[in-house]
Amino acid sequence: MGHGSLHEKGDMPSHDLDDGVENLLTIRDLTFGYMPHNPVLEGINLDIPKGRFLGLLGPSGSGKSTLLKIIIGLHRPWQGYIKFCSNEFNYTKSFNSTSSSLGSYLVNPIKNSISTPFSLIGYVPQIESVDWNFPVTVMEVVGMGIWNRSGVYPWFGRRTRENVQRVLASLGIADYAKRQIRELSGGEQQRVFLARALIGNPQILVLDEPTSGVDYNTREKIFGILTDLNLKGMTIILTTHDISGLGKRLPWLVCINKSIISQGPPNEALTQQNLLKTYGLATDKDDPVGKMGDSLSISTKINSPEKGLDATTHEDKER
Amino acid sequence: MDFLTPFQYEFFTRGIIAAILVGGTCGLIGVYIVLRGMSYIGHGMSHAVFGGAVVSYVIGFNYYVGAAIWGFLSALLINEISRRRKIKADAAIGVVTTAGFAIGVLFITAAQSFHRNFEAILFGNILGIMDQDLYVIILVSIFTVIFVFFFQKRLLFVLFDKETARVYGVRTEILEIVFALILALVVIASMNSIGVTLLATAIVAPAISARMLTNNFLRMIIFSSLIGITIAFLGMYSSFFFDTASGSTIVLFGAGAFGISSLYAFIRKAYHSHTHGSVKHTHPHLHTDQHLHKH
Repeated sequence: MGHGSLHEKGDMPSHDLDDGVENLLTIRDLTFGYMPHNPVLEGINLDIPKGRFLGLLGPSGSGKSTLLKIIIGLHRPWQGYIKFCSNEFNYTKSFNSTSSSLGSYLVNPIKNSISTPFSLIGYVPQIESVDWNFPVTVMEVVGMGIWNRSGVYPWFGRRTRENVQRVLASLGIADYAKRQIRELSGGEQQRVFLARALIGNPQILVLDEPTSGVDYNTREKIFGILTDLNLKGMTIILTTHDISGLGKRLPWLVCINKSIISQGPPNEALTQQNLLKTYGLATDKDDPVGKMGDSLSISTKINSPEKGLDATTHEDKER
Repeated sequence: MDFLTPFQYEFFTRGIIAAILVGGTCGLIGVYIVLRGMSYIGHGMSHAVFGGAVVSYVIGFNYYVGAAIWGFLSALLINEISRRRKIKADAAIGVVTTAGFAIGVLFITAAQSFHRNFEAILFGNILGIMDQDLYVIILVSIFTVIFVFFFQKRLLFVLFDKETARVYGVRTEILEIVFALILALVVIASMNSIGVTLLATAIVAPAISARMLTNNFLRMIIFSSLIGITIAFLGMYSSFFFDTASGSTIVLFGAGAFGISSLYAFIRKAYHSHTHGSVKHTHPHLHTDQHLHKH
């Protein structure tokens, strides 16, 4: 895998998916909130076929990260239906939300949220979510991705070490295994997280704001890596607030603000009307895709300074 | 004076075995507490357990079992309060554990007289360790080492990135409950030897000293355990010759170990720091004539 293969603007992976492609993930009538009677997500219906490269786009507090966390099993929906591969989950109406409480894990110590088959998912959190001064090596972080398949001993066996080395090499950081994570740059940190997500050979890669807080070159490298993975058949779901830098270059976008506003390729999903509904902002009439991101940024700053397109969202604060 | 003289006394030999085991176990568990950012919990738990120990003794319940249940429930309560996010863990620890300690003090002052010497629990009396106490210490040490050995990967994952650990199937809530139970057991096993008022340093000092010496997690665990054992041995041994309280001496050796490791880290940093123009940075390199290093 050529980690260094930078993709020019507009060079996007194929999204020509056959109608007959089976759905990897199906979501129906999903509702969820952090506070009772105040849903963050309402009536969400979404089909994600195998091989799709999809971005969840929306402003701060729109529920995109929340939806991502429901998919990976961190939150239990109030109601709805989720089918992930052949695993089906039905949720009847209840306000039991967010993380487990003392009562819930004493009653049901096994699992309180959706029992996502975790071996099928590779998850990449925001790089700001961990302490990069923590005393671990790259090898140890990547090995966490297969903690349950690497033996019962505290150390990694030869096979695990070879696996880690293989994944690191595929991401162009083969020499980093013994490095302390505190020595890494932002882009290298993101690749280490990607390696941890990929080492378990997941069917679906889920990324929370993968380009948040990184510079232009790093963003391009990450996009290149994700594009290469998608071209090899990996299904990818990511959240982003970055319309111009990443969003409009993705093959499939889902605009979300409490409910799904629109979805499709960028030129269909990012119409003026859809953006207006998603962001609640005035935008340029003649430019549904091209400069929309830039004008949105400007409009946002002028019209709604408290509801900007920055990475710090209501959901981030909730976390 | 013969340096082997103390070992002629059975009480000393028993005491030093207890001290070494307690020191090593506190050093081991301390790494997870320090890296979890809950250093204060060692202090709090030891105080909470004191309440449980006194209450169990007064109502005629088994001293160890009562203290263990009390400590375990305190740890669960702290976890649960801090999980709510409105209150931070340190505030929850402060209230829950001090309340536990206050209950113990209340019972002592209300009942006025006891056969059992609670001063030993407060400040430690390692030379008064009985066979039963030593068996508890040995059992808890073995249990703790086994737990850390087999749950190391899960513990590390949760410490580093709890949210992702949950996504990858680590049952974080159950792991935290088991860890709380282990911590309660370690505190109970240690309180007769170090004392509840001094125990926090015995848990935290080896771990933070080890953190100053290495950036490698497994090495940190080994260093912390070895520092715990060393300060326990030195503290115990010197307390015999200087006729000082063993618990306090061990804790002061712990503070000394942290001072020395901090000084070492400072000197190491100064040695490896250098400037390139206006940029100053630090990383390992050789101070040869050619000033060899890689960026």
